[in-house]
Amino acid sequence: MHLAYPAVLAVLLFCTGLYGVLARRNAILVLMSVELMLNAVNLNLVAFDVWLRDTLHSGQALTLFTIAIAAAEIGIGLAIVLAVYRNRGSSDIDRLRDTAETDDAETAGSTTNAEATS
Amino acid sequence: MHSVAPSVLAAAVADHPGFLSPTGVEIAFVLVGLTTLGAAVITVTTRQLVHAALWLVVALGGLAVEYLLLTAEFIAWVQVLIYVGSIVVLLLFGLMLTRAPIGRSPDADSGNRWIALGVALASAAALVWVVVDAFRTTWIDLEGPAQGSTAVTGAFLFRNWVLPFEALSVLLLAALVGAIVLSRKHDTDTAVRRDTAVRPDTAVRPDPAVRPAPDPADRRGKEEQS
Repeated sequence: MHLAYPAVLAVLLFCTGLYGVLARRNAILVLMSVELMLNAVNLNLVAFDVWLRDTLHSGQALTLFTIAIAAAEIGIGLAIVLAVYRNRGSSDIDRLRDTAETDDAETAGSTTNAEATS
Repeated sequence: MHSVAPSVLAAAVADHPGFLSPTGVEIAFVLVGLTTLGAAVITVTTRQLVHAALWLVVALGGLAVEYLLLTAEFIAWVQVLIYVGSIVVLLLFGLMLTRAPIGRSPDADSGNRWIALGVALASAAALVWVVVDAFRTTWIDLEGPAQGSTAVTGAFLFRNWVLPFEALSVLLLAALVGAIVLSRKHDTDTAVRRDTAVRPDTAVRPDPAVRPAPDPADRRGKEEQS
């Protein structure tokens, strides 16, 4: 098999995930896009491991580790999203702007309340 | 990237079939790859949140088939078990616990969608160019014994990678404890929620959504499985 096929597929999947991370508004959809990016990297790792015929099989071992780390990441990420939703009543990442710098610090509290109640 | 001498390059090309005579594995790989890519694009563009999670199943399952075609058999089944079996289920749980709207939601994409599209297309073009230019003349040899069967995987994982494997179990334990701590309901929440105290209606309203207890238990079961 030509090595360009899995490499190009991994690139396109990664960029699809990149678009999702940048364009999505719901935090859980952002997590889904992160999963797509991780999977693209996994495909690269497996393809290059099979190509190199590594006796240690570093690529496949790293793929297994990445899958486990992705499972841990999605668990922690969803717990954080649920905690934010419980506190703020929204999982919309465009509205979670408490740490953003505003023009005048005086209106920061009022805009937070206005955004939260709107 | 063109440091290979022309004669060596010509010999490498002559040894292998070209683009115009694809093997059956390559045709299957490209077809499944197109399906996977289409499902991934629908995942990041659909306006129905639950449909996004379900299209993600198609994309991840297609990737499992790609692993099978690359003779990485064990990783393919791990992919099916962990990604399709537990991560998508966790994502669906998350969507339902945050009361995601069922049906079409008009504000699924944020305002910087066109900037995101530009960034994604630019990086895709650059990376495809670089990758195709670099690996134009490399072929994967899929003949011989499978390099990712369960026996091979067990041998290299427990012969060469035992210490990272154990370290990973510590990481999973930490993630398990962290997820339980984060998603536990605190009884002394009233002192902590300073900024929600000014609006008692929204401070009370989301609580029934997170009251069902199986959330930490589900996560615990998933991480023991992985």
